[in-house]
Amino acid sequence: MEATIEVTELSKRFGQTMALDQLSFNVTPGHVTGFVGPNGAGKSTTMRVILGLDAADAGQALVGGRPYRSLRHPFNHVGALLDASALQPSRTGRNHLLWLAHSQGLTAARVDEVIGLVGLETAARRKAGGYSLGMRQRLGIAAALLGDPPVLMFDEPINGLDPEGIVWMRGFLRALAAEGRAVLVSSHLMSELQDTADHLIVIGRGRLIADVGVADLLAAAADGRVTLRTSARSEAMTALARAGATVATTDRDTLTVSGLAAERVVAVLGENTVPFSEVAPHRATLEEAYMELTRDAVEFHAAVGQAEAQ
Amino acid sequence: MTVGPTPYHSSLRTGHDGLMQLLHAEWTKFRTVRGWVIGTVSAGLVLVLVGLLASAGFHTGCPPEGCVTPPVGPDGEWVTDIFYFAYQPLDGDGSITVRVTSLTGLITYPPDHPNDIVPGVVPWAKAGVIIKESTRQGSPYAAVMVTGSHGVRMQYNYTHDTAGRSGGVSAASPRWLRLTRSSAVLTSYESADGSNWTRVGSAYLGGLPRTVLVGLFVASPWYIVSSPGLAGGTSSRLTQATANFDHVSLQGVAPGGGWTGHAIGVESGGPVLAQGGLMESEGSFTLSGTGDIAPAEGGGRRVEDTLRGTFAALIVVIVVATMFITAEYRRGMIRTTLTASPRRGRVLAAKAIVIGAVTFMAGLVGAAVAIPLGEWILRADGNQILTVTSLTELRVVVGTAALLAVTAVLALAVGTVFRRSAAAVTALIVAMVLPYVLAVAAPLPEGVSEWLLRVTPAAAFAIQQSLPQYPQVITGNTPLYYYPMAPWAGFAVLCVYTAVALALAAYMIRRRDA
Repeated sequence: MEATIEVTELSKRFGQTMALDQLSFNVTPGHVTGFVGPNGAGKSTTMRVILGLDAADAGQALVGGRPYRSLRHPFNHVGALLDASALQPSRTGRNHLLWLAHSQGLTAARVDEVIGLVGLETAARRKAGGYSLGMRQRLGIAAALLGDPPVLMFDEPINGLDPEGIVWMRGFLRALAAEGRAVLVSSHLMSELQDTADHLIVIGRGRLIADVGVADLLAAAADGRVTLRTSARSEAMTALARAGATVATTDRDTLTVSGLAAERVVAVLGENTVPFSEVAPHRATLEEAYMELTRDAVEFHAAVGQAEAQ
Repeated sequence: MTVGPTPYHSSLRTGHDGLMQLLHAEWTKFRTVRGWVIGTVSAGLVLVLVGLLASAGFHTGCPPEGCVTPPVGPDGEWVTDIFYFAYQPLDGDGSITVRVTSLTGLITYPPDHPNDIVPGVVPWAKAGVIIKESTRQGSPYAAVMVTGSHGVRMQYNYTHDTAGRSGGVSAASPRWLRLTRSSAVLTSYESADGSNWTRVGSAYLGGLPRTVLVGLFVASPWYIVSSPGLAGGTSSRLTQATANFDHVSLQGVAPGGGWTGHAIGVESGGPVLAQGGLMESEGSFTLSGTGDIAPAEGGGRRVEDTLRGTFAALIVVIVVATMFITAEYRRGMIRTTLTASPRRGRVLAAKAIVIGAVTFMAGLVGAAVAIPLGEWILRADGNQILTVTSLTELRVVVGTAALLAVTAVLALAVGTVFRRSAAAVTALIVAMVLPYVLAVAAPLPEGVSEWLLRVTPAAAFAIQQSLPQYPQVITGNTPLYYYPMAPWAGFAVLCVYTAVALALAAYMIRRRDA
């Protein structure tokens, strides 16, 4: 398949720190692939290596089967948004796109097309220095779309957007993937990718932690648990524990039950005449799944601790 | 096996890739930042305005009867054409042969004998044979001569000088000189004994009329004393040279013709010593004379005096050209640039071509405006301007533009290496502008100034020098009236610096993580 990013055994060291440690993954077309990890996990470094900006110490990154530096019209192969604020403030947004277009042999007509795609018509002829973060993100995405590439990479595109911008961005990312493009989106917050990503690549300290479909991940995280809403919390806990279940308190009137199917929970509660208002299979959030996933990754916990300490 | 979604295929078509696209992109980048465009235009303006201010600072008084314009030589330059001439007309081809048996002289009131006229021959005192179009000052000529301390020389049309046998002349060691004319070609010979002749050189004097003047001449330039130091200066003393000629033989001249003696370019009523004279006795001639046949040594303003704004324009150019790359590093935009064009060496090349070309245009327009405007102001203030050929003027204009353009490329390269504007701009001003200002304006010893203008990129200012320094003329001008290097050699020094900086920048931009 052409429209892929293939990262193989990538390693890179910055002084004492291992920024990337034998990292391997693929990005496939037609999906939004979330690239997740805490700040400092190596997401941006990976993207820079893929774009030929940083050199890896070992391993390789290919785009459509070729190293980025060998691409002649790179924007026809990959579009990327690394840092939306990397703009000359006194240049207008349109002129920023114009020089990029000229570097790829594209015309001003294409510039106006992508301005329309991201809805930046009104601001395009203003100086980029006065843009809000949302406008810069849109400008950066317009730049990534200039060459109409089959592969797109966005580094933290949702970070800092207002709610309206987040809704727009999610829809836009999904639409791009629906056209058959491979879309790699990094984030340090799992929740940002909820309802957006189809597939996740989770890294920590430069290492791959998980390379998994979102549906599989959520199913695994739910792990047959049952959510129980009841006003008689302690009676319910006693009865269910006697029946062999593990029960955890989620909040004042909600319990999470594992080890018993939902029908058995209803039966046990009925036998013991414990009142309840709801019994439902547990729906895991991505955040939960993420915690579940990383529970055993001791090094990763350490990394999170370090990142928080900083 | 599951069938994945159909990979995306773009219908977008692009042109060929190549340097042209990168040039287009970098040009778009340049022209869309108003500050850079204004900066570059103002570099041209600064060149003009500072040049005009400097031009307005030169005042020269003229006598009430008006300024005297020196004679102009065949190549269009100002010349000195003052000497004692004993001549006969020569119709068509012919030759003159003489033996010179002595060259002596007098120096008036030298600093060590302020009240005396003492014997002495200045190094470029000249005595020999000459064929000259007419007695008009500045007319074409060729001559072969003995000199005070530079041996035998052939010189023609004021600026050309060829060395022959070295050593002085005396009765015990005379010199035979011969000059032949064959239509427009004049060839000179010398001999120690009158039988073994050596060719010294030849000159082609296009447009020489059929009838010319042939004869003997003597000239003796000013005795110039320079005192070093800040309070120093130069003083000039009138001198006279006297030479004895015998064995004079002429071919192509009407037999029995007499000699006419004439002090060319000397006003009657001046110092007696300057009048010179001719004495003939039994085939032996004694000629005395003053003056010189050479390029004029000064007395007017030069073309480059209108370009004093160059160093100020250079500062503007350095700032703009440095920003052209450091602004990208500062904002992280260099990543966008290198993502768009992964071939980094080409990115650097495209940037260098664009910034070099726009700076060249600004410099070209600036210099082309500054020179005529400056000359106009200089003339209005009573200054004379040393005329040069239009080719030289063109070299000064294009050279000034090239000086600014290559410096812009140097600034781009240094900016790429340092990645920070402040460091790069400081380094460039210290390396290029400071040496020039120090050498030209600061009280440095002559050796230090010369050294600064040889080894630093400031050597390139030599490209603006309109008048060559002729070794056959000793001038009373300040040490840095002339740059220590020839115009293109000085410019080459800057080019070498720029090439090295570009190579380093290319190496670093390729190797570094962006």
